[in-house]
Amino acid sequence: MTESPAGGGAAPRKTALDAKHRALGATMTDFAGWDMPLRYGSEREEHLAVRSRAGLFDLSHMGEITLTGPQAGALLDHALVGNLSKLAVGRARYTMICDADGGILDDLIVYRLADEEYMVVANAANAQTVLDALRERQDDPATGERFGADVRDDRDAYALLAVQGPEAVGILRKLTDMDLDGLKYYAGQRDMVAGRSALVARTGYTGEDGFELFVSPDDALAVWEAVSAAGADAGLVPCGLSCRDTLRLEAGMPLYGHELSTGLTPFDAGLGRVVKFEKETNEGRFVGREALEAAKERARSAPPRKLVGLVATGRRVARAGYPVVAVADGTVIGEVTSGAPSPTLGKPIAMAYLDPGYAEAGTEGVAVDIRGSHEPFDVVALPFYKRG
Amino acid sequence: MSNPQQLRYSKEHEWLSVGADGEAGVATVGITAHAADALGDVVFVQLPEVGDTVTAGETCGELESTKSVSDLYSPASGEITEVNQDVVDDPALVNSAPFEGGWLFKVKLSEEPEDLLTADEYTAFANGN
Repeated sequence: MTESPAGGGAAPRKTALDAKHRALGATMTDFAGWDMPLRYGSEREEHLAVRSRAGLFDLSHMGEITLTGPQAGALLDHALVGNLSKLAVGRARYTMICDADGGILDDLIVYRLADEEYMVVANAANAQTVLDALRERQDDPATGERFGADVRDDRDAYALLAVQGPEAVGILRKLTDMDLDGLKYYAGQRDMVAGRSALVARTGYTGEDGFELFVSPDDALAVWEAVSAAGADAGLVPCGLSCRDTLRLEAGMPLYGHELSTGLTPFDAGLGRVVKFEKETNEGRFVGREALEAAKERARSAPPRKLVGLVATGRRVARAGYPVVAVADGTVIGEVTSGAPSPTLGKPIAMAYLDPGYAEAGTEGVAVDIRGSHEPFDVVALPFYKRG
Repeated sequence: MSNPQQLRYSKEHEWLSVGADGEAGVATVGITAHAADALGDVVFVQLPEVGDTVTAGETCGELESTKSVSDLYSPASGEITEVNQDVVDDPALVNSAPFEGGWLFKVKLSEEPEDLLTADEYTAFANGN
C-alpha cells in the first residue's frame, strides 16, 4: 500500500463498492488516485476488531497484472529480484522490482496461478510504473530476444476484498467448500466463495490470519454482503485504510513511500533476503543485479542506517519525516518513516531509519524532534506486534 | 450531530459558550462534532495552561489523532482560567462528547469575541467544506 497524493488533479476513481461505503457512512479519502474508505466509525475500534475478531476491507485500488506464457516465470526472474520460476503453483511470494541502480520501484506479491500464469499485485500508486517496467523488460537485452510471455493490465478485471482477523477463517468457511485449512499462509487458488468465482489468497497486511479475495467487480458487492452477513455473529466490521495503516505498522510491515523508495535498495531497507542471486533462468542475469551485489557488499562493509522500531515514553506521536536525535547533544541520528498511536500497545509507535550506532534495541538516549520538542523514545526490535 | 443553538462557532471549528456556568465573562471552548469527525480518534491533546493569555485566531494547543496533528486555535482572547483535565486524561472524550464532556478550556474574555458564527451559519459553513 502506498501513500501518495493523487496525480494530476483528475477525479479519483471509485471502486465497485463505492455506493456501499457511502451507505455505511464511510469517511472517504483520496488515496493514490482512488476514492477509498478511510474509516467507517472509530479507526481504533476497527483496528481492535481485526486484532480480536475480524475486519472486512475494500482494497480494490491495488494493481493486478497478469503474465501468461511459457516464459512468464523467466520474464519475472529477469524483471524482479525474486526467484519466481521456482515458485510452486498455488503459492505466493513477497518480492520487489528494482531499477538498474538497485533502487526499489515497488514491493509486490506474486501469485503463481498455473504453470504458465502469474499474477503480480502492485501498489496502486506504482501499478503503472510496474506495468511499464514489465513490458519494457519483455525484451532481454542480453540475448536480444523477447520473452515468450504476455503482460496484461488486469487492474479493471478485479475488485479486491480482504477478510482479516482471528475469526476470518471461520467466517469464510461458511461461504465456501474449499479446503481452507489446506490453504497455507502465502498460498492462493481459485474457487467459489458465496457462489462467485474468486482467487482466494491467504495473505494480508495486518499481522493477523486472513484472506484476500480477488473477484470480478461485478461480484464485489455480492461477496461483500455475503461476508458481512456471515461475519455478523463473530463481530466482523467494515474497516478503512486508516486502521490498515496502524495494523501494518504494528506488524512491522513496510509501506512503499515510507520505508521503501527508489532511493533505497532492498539491502538498505533490511530486506536483502528478497533478492535471490541464485537464479537458474537467464544465466542468473536480472535487472539491477550488479548494483544489488554492490549494495549487499556495502551493507556488510559500511552498514547503512537500519530500520528499527520506536516506542514513545510520552503521548506525542512521531510522524513520517520527523528527525530522530541523540538526547545528549541533539545530533540528528535518523528519520521517522511512519508513526501512529498504537491501539494495541496504547502508546505512540514509529518506524525509523537510525544510524547503526543507535539501532540496537535498548539503546538509550534516543528522542524524536516533534515540532521542536525532543521527546524520548525507546528503540525496539520490529515487529511491535506478533500474533499469538 | 447537530450544532447546539446556544453556542457560537469559529471558522476553525471551535465552539464557544459564554457564561454557561453562570460566570460572567468566562467562555467555555471546545471543538465541534464536525471537526472531531474530520480528525478521527483523538489520542492526545495539548492545552494551554491556567494563567496563559490566548489571542483570538492564534494557536494555543494541539490535537493529535491517528492520522495527523492539528493546531488548536483560540476563538477568543483572554486569560485561561481552567483546562479540562478529563479530556487530557481521556482524549476520546473529544470524539464521544465534543459539545459536553469533551470541552477543552475556559477563558476569561478580555474583549468581546468577534467574527463568530451562529449555529445555523456554522452548519452551512461546515457543510460547504
